Amino acid sequence: MAFVKFIVDGKECMSEEGKQLVEAAKENNIYIPTLCNYPGIPPKGSCRICTVLISGRPATACTTKVTEGMDIQSAVPELESFRKSVVEILFAEGNHFCPSCEKSGNCELQALGYKYTMMVPDFPYMFPKREVEAWHPKLLKDHNRCILCKRCIRGIHNNDGKTLFAYGKRGDKLLINIDPETSKDISDELAQQAMDMCPVGAIIRKEKGFAVPIGRRKYDKMPIGSDVEE
Amino acid sequence: MGETVHAIIRNYNGDPTRLMDILIDIQSQLGYLSEWTIEQIAKSLDIPKIDVEQTVSFYHFFTKEPRGKYTVYLNNSVVTGFYKVDEIVKTFEKEAGCSFGRVSPDGLIGLFSTACIGMSDQEPAAIINEQVFTRLTPDKVKTLIAGMKDGKTIEQLKGSSYGDGQNANPLMKATVKNHIRKKGEVIFSGDYTAGDALRKIKSAKMSSNDVIDIVKKSSVRGRGGAGFPTGMKWEVARKAQGEPKYIFCNADEGEPGTFKDRVILTEEPKLVFEGMTIAGYAVGARYGILYLRNEYMYMKKYLVSILQDMERDNLLGTAIGGKNGFNFDIRIQFGGGAYVCGEESALIESAEGKRGEPRDRPPFPVEKGYLQKPTVVNNVETLCTVVKIITKGHEWYNTIGTRESRGTKVLSISGDCEEPGIYEIPWGFSVNDILKMTGARDVQAVQVGGPSGSCIAANEFGRTLAYEDLATGGSLIIIGKNRDLLKDVVLNFAEFFREESCGSCVPCRALTGMSKLVMEKIVSGKATVSDIDRLVSWAPIMKKNRCGLGQTALNPILTTIKNFRHLYDEKVKGNSEIINPAFNLAAATADYEAAVKN
Repeated sequence: MAFVKFIVDGKECMSEEGKQLVEAAKENNIYIPTLCNYPGIPPKGSCRICTVLISGRPATACTTKVTEGMDIQSAVPELESFRKSVVEILFAEGNHFCPSCEKSGNCELQALGYKYTMMVPDFPYMFPKREVEAWHPKLLKDHNRCILCKRCIRGIHNNDGKTLFAYGKRGDKLLINIDPETSKDISDELAQQAMDMCPVGAIIRKEKGFAVPIGRRKYDKMPIGSDVEE
Repeated sequence: MGETVHAIIRNYNGDPTRLMDILIDIQSQLGYLSEWTIEQIAKSLDIPKIDVEQTVSFYHFFTKEPRGKYTVYLNNSVVTGFYKVDEIVKTFEKEAGCSFGRVSPDGLIGLFSTACIGMSDQEPAAIINEQVFTRLTPDKVKTLIAGMKDGKTIEQLKGSSYGDGQNANPLMKATVKNHIRKKGEVIFSGDYTAGDALRKIKSAKMSSNDVIDIVKKSSVRGRGGAGFPTGMKWEVARKAQGEPKYIFCNADEGEPGTFKDRVILTEEPKLVFEGMTIAGYAVGARYGILYLRNEYMYMKKYLVSILQDMERDNLLGTAIGGKNGFNFDIRIQFGGGAYVCGEESALIESAEGKRGEPRDRPPFPVEKGYLQKPTVVNNVETLCTVVKIITKGHEWYNTIGTRESRGTKVLSISGDCEEPGIYEIPWGFSVNDILKMTGARDVQAVQVGGPSGSCIAANEFGRTLAYEDLATGGSLIIIGKNRDLLKDVVLNFAEFFREESCGSCVPCRALTGMSKLVMEKIVSGKATVSDIDRLVSWAPIMKKNRCGLGQTALNPILTTIKNFRHLYDEKVKGNSEIINPAFNLAAATADYEAAVKN
């Protein structure tokens, strides 16, 4: 296995050649924020929050494989400001009411909002009219909270290897649908996995909630990324 | 109905990568894609129903509801607004008895609007049941609707006065006009005979490397707008691992104001197909696919017959030109109505039967493209140019144009001028030269390269069209002084991008809509200086989108703020930053008032 040296924000790092940049940076205690990326599933590069500069050119760290001598800028003002914008845009684009959300405290979007000290988004609130789908026996799909990251589409499959989720429409009408057929007999474990994989509270497992009280959840205890950084 | 659906699916061997064709054919026969149809497709292809639906719902022309026996798609692009399209809209609605976006109560006529259909030189234009109707007037609309009510066929509605050149071909019978105003030395030189380049390859005993070498020496660059050197692209694809390889011709010209590919494919289709064949020879590709936008469905029969002619003449198929082992077949892939599919990786996704979402790069299509095989995607004009370079030599080609931009460019010119149409000119002409050529007077602005390009003012009309100065994919929209630039042009483009974003990248999906909201605020005179500043501050955010569409989607706004700042300043003049001028108390409390009243 070949190891390569690369540089992130001036710090010399080392990792396996061809490793996903997000993971390679993590090994070197450098946190590059992600939203659509999820360990173990194919990256998509759609939220753009992990954008870094490689030799001055923007690229998403989730879709980039690390190579020898790569010179990366990540925690620079231009990119940190961009990342904050992405978080703000997502809050303004959908309908996010953290206090009433089952995912509060475990929500990556909320955690990133805190990380970037978002106060009032500098983007117009769209207040879109979106549905809450409750027909599925095990899952609740709240389109208000969905950030369309495609994690569920890429990561959740039934026993036949078929997808449960898919995009519908396009542009600002884009949404994620559940297939009634392929999702018919999913196990409680898969339902839980779908909920856990969702970075926000758009996929909620039915009949089980608030097992851990708000205030004692993952990001209530430690800011996002702090487990990675030295 | 069931038999129709299943016969079509069988026709494509139940291959999920041919989903686009299956959907197009079924809709063409049955008028729409019902729940039942979608279920049948899903079952037959053994894919989840939502997988079929995600493709269906991505494309503008696919519909799950009936859209009338006669379905009208009226173009809503910028230039239509210059020809009183409002009157056309009103007449359609009055005569058909329904508003746009709906179907008449008797199910006879559906009225829908659509983005640029490639007829900007003969607006207002509409597509009705896959046929194009141009230069619409209220009287023409009345006759059309009366004809529909009388149950006339589309052929009868078209009448018998067809356009010039091959538009009148019995297999096309289109009322579309070519409007070729200026013929250049490369594409429309009129000295091409099918097979010219293939014969040259044979007589000069050129190997595929020789072909690539000549293309490189000609320094021809991609004509789609990005300007990537064609020879280099071919070389990479040639060396790439994987079989079979593919050549795509990108004829998805969706950039509003662009219609050159339509005219090239009408008048010189063999030149295009031979270009693909030459590319196939150079790269070692076995198959070619012409990705044609759905708006040009009216050309289908004609183009298919051209392909058959070429096969008959041994210019396509196996052992082309008697050269053993040189096999190349071309098929036509239609799109479903999505501007983003003009982006090469989105185009490939679409041709694989999927949503037209651009891919992450690397890997580039030349390494892993269509069906993960090495794929070259070239513009229509680029492929035509290559045929001429092979036939006449790179030395000849290098005498045309400027130092850094060799050859000619086919321009689609529309808007406020006397002679809109097609102009093939060598690179290096100035905008002023072009304005003179087209008989444009009192010009306020020129939109160069379509909405994703830039909107320039008179102080830049001295600039030249060339890769080193004003690079363009070929569309110029001339905007007269009598136009309200922000309302009639910029707002239209903003809506276009909001509608056409695939939605995959966060900044593009959200900011196309948000910027349109801010733009509306500005046009209504209720914005402040900080709103303008806000739009400018979004520029670097958009630059981080994955594809060219996303990266350029705010250009109509950003380039007009840069070049026509005074128009923006006038709109916000006197508006205070402290009080929100856009705040409307009555609207804000409407829900409350309604609730109290009840």
